[in-house]
Amino acid sequence: MSETILKVANVSKRFGGLQALSDVGITIERGQVYGLIGPNGAGKTTFFNVLTGLYTPDSGSFELAGKPYTPTAVHEVAKAGIARTFQNIRLFPEMTALENVMVGRHVRTRSGLIGAVLRTGAFKREEAEIKARAQELLEYVGIARFADYKSRTLSYGDQRRLEIARALATDPQLIALDEPAAGMNATEKVQLRELIDQIRKDNRTILLIEHDVKLVMGLCDRVTVLDYGKQLSSGTPAEVQRDPKVIEAYLGTGGG
Amino acid sequence: MTQNKTGKLIVFVIAAIGLLALPILLQATGSNSWVRIVDIALLYVLLALGLNIVVGYAGLLDLGYIAFFAVGAYMYGLLASPHLAEHFAAIQAMFPDGLHVNIWLVMIAAAIVAGIVGMILGAPTLKLRGDYLAIITLGFGEIIRIFLLNLDRPVNITNGPKGISQIDPLTVFGFNMGQRHTLSIGDWTYTFQPVTLYYYLFLFFVILAVVLSYRLQDSRIGRAWMAIREDEIAAKAMGLNTRNLKLLAFGMGATFGGMSGVLFASFQRFVSPESFSLMESVMVVAMVVLGGIGHIPGVILGALVLAGLPEILRHVAHPLVELTGGRLGPEILRQLLIALAMVVVMLIRPKGLWPAPEHGKSLAK
Repeated sequence: MSETILKVANVSKRFGGLQALSDVGITIERGQVYGLIGPNGAGKTTFFNVLTGLYTPDSGSFELAGKPYTPTAVHEVAKAGIARTFQNIRLFPEMTALENVMVGRHVRTRSGLIGAVLRTGAFKREEAEIKARAQELLEYVGIARFADYKSRTLSYGDQRRLEIARALATDPQLIALDEPAAGMNATEKVQLRELIDQIRKDNRTILLIEHDVKLVMGLCDRVTVLDYGKQLSSGTPAEVQRDPKVIEAYLGTGGG
Repeated sequence: MTQNKTGKLIVFVIAAIGLLALPILLQATGSNSWVRIVDIALLYVLLALGLNIVVGYAGLLDLGYIAFFAVGAYMYGLLASPHLAEHFAAIQAMFPDGLHVNIWLVMIAAAIVAGIVGMILGAPTLKLRGDYLAIITLGFGEIIRIFLLNLDRPVNITNGPKGISQIDPLTVFGFNMGQRHTLSIGDWTYTFQPVTLYYYLFLFFVILAVVLSYRLQDSRIGRAWMAIREDEIAAKAMGLNTRNLKLLAFGMGATFGGMSGVLFASFQRFVSPESFSLMESVMVVAMVVLGGIGHIPGVILGALVLAGLPEILRHVAHPLVELTGGRLGPEILRQLLIALAMVVVMLIRPKGLWPAPEHGKSLAK
């Protein structure tokens, strides 16, 4: 019944003398929220950057929605079907919220200079379609009333929502959220949780990289814990929480 | 809503009548010089609109933009003057009267060539940003000028510092714009000076450029350019091929520059490397920034102000020159006052004289 969206195996990446990732592998099924956690410096971000084409891995195999996938150029990643958000929100500040999401439609649309200059029928149709879809996504994440505000004027929580809407606009197979709860207050975190829940209900797949263990444990279907670039443990949140290796990494051995 | 529409229509009609009547009113002063100033200002508006695509939309600071203007101007200069025929026997044999290529053909060719040159010059700068990009483009701009200056030896192509003269005036469907034309309706006659005719031609191109700029701005490509300007990393993560899009911006901006160059050459009927100095590039950038970067009405205003201001100052400065017994020459004073004006504007209105509105359409009152 279940369908594998992302299958990553044996990913290794070395920076000089530092083995940032060694033999990491995860498999994400459609409709899952998959958590990737670990202490600072565990390799979460390196893994994320390898997946999104920013770093070239030393080894590893990738498969996205049944097709082999090589994360090379950064801009090819979104086209292949992985959309991401950034730990330190990166919107297009001087563009309106609506325009931000419209940029997200770029990879799924194709009109060029000629169409824009001559305003052909095809161009107008596509433009209307882009706008309608962007508006719909703003409503989906709950910030439609700010459509015509420049994105830099939005509150922190709303900027995060806008970033998610922009990622959704690329029609992704997988949405990768890099520490979405970072810097959020308790209310904003609850709202973010609701949004992620909603996205999962719509049968979308999410890779969540997070510091906030509580959020990950409450939200994710499966979790992988990284430590020193190694895969410490994988499983359901409950299994992982019971794993003595994880307890050791987070709390220390207790000194007997 | 309907009231708003009628209001817009009235503004439009008044603006159209004003623009059409402007050269005739200026002509009433008895000399061509004011119309000429306006003509040159319109050419600057064209250049500023072209540069606005590169700097305003895509956020790539180009300090060598005038090079594309030079490419267009020299293309028309070479293809529509006796120069090449005088120096090359083969061309002399083929065209005994000298080359006189139709301006519209040159216009299209110049748009294409300038666009390609723009992309070639843009290609090595793709990984650069901000100051570094500005320095490289500045260098490229100078290289083109120095080429034009020195390509008179060993074979004389550009005629070096002497420039190319005797360039054909513009002919629109057999209508020579370099001559006076008299319009008579019954007893009433009016003589159109060439400067006035050029005014209408330039106005036509400016309107065309404005329409193009707006259409580009509200399009998939325009949004992609702005996304790159705002955050290149995020733009890449959204799947934008930033390399191709940047090249497209360079090419598109250069196309505008090349076409303005053709118009300039046909208007002056003389081109020399002097007209394409670094100072000109700086002026065009200043027009875009001073007016309101990325905002079309602002860019037009900036170009008009900076192109017109020196001429107005030329008249105003006269008493000051006399006051100082000629020690403050009009040139020095002009530069001084322009610099001062720019500093003041940037202090008071850091986003330009007429910046883009703060929010999107539905919120704009």
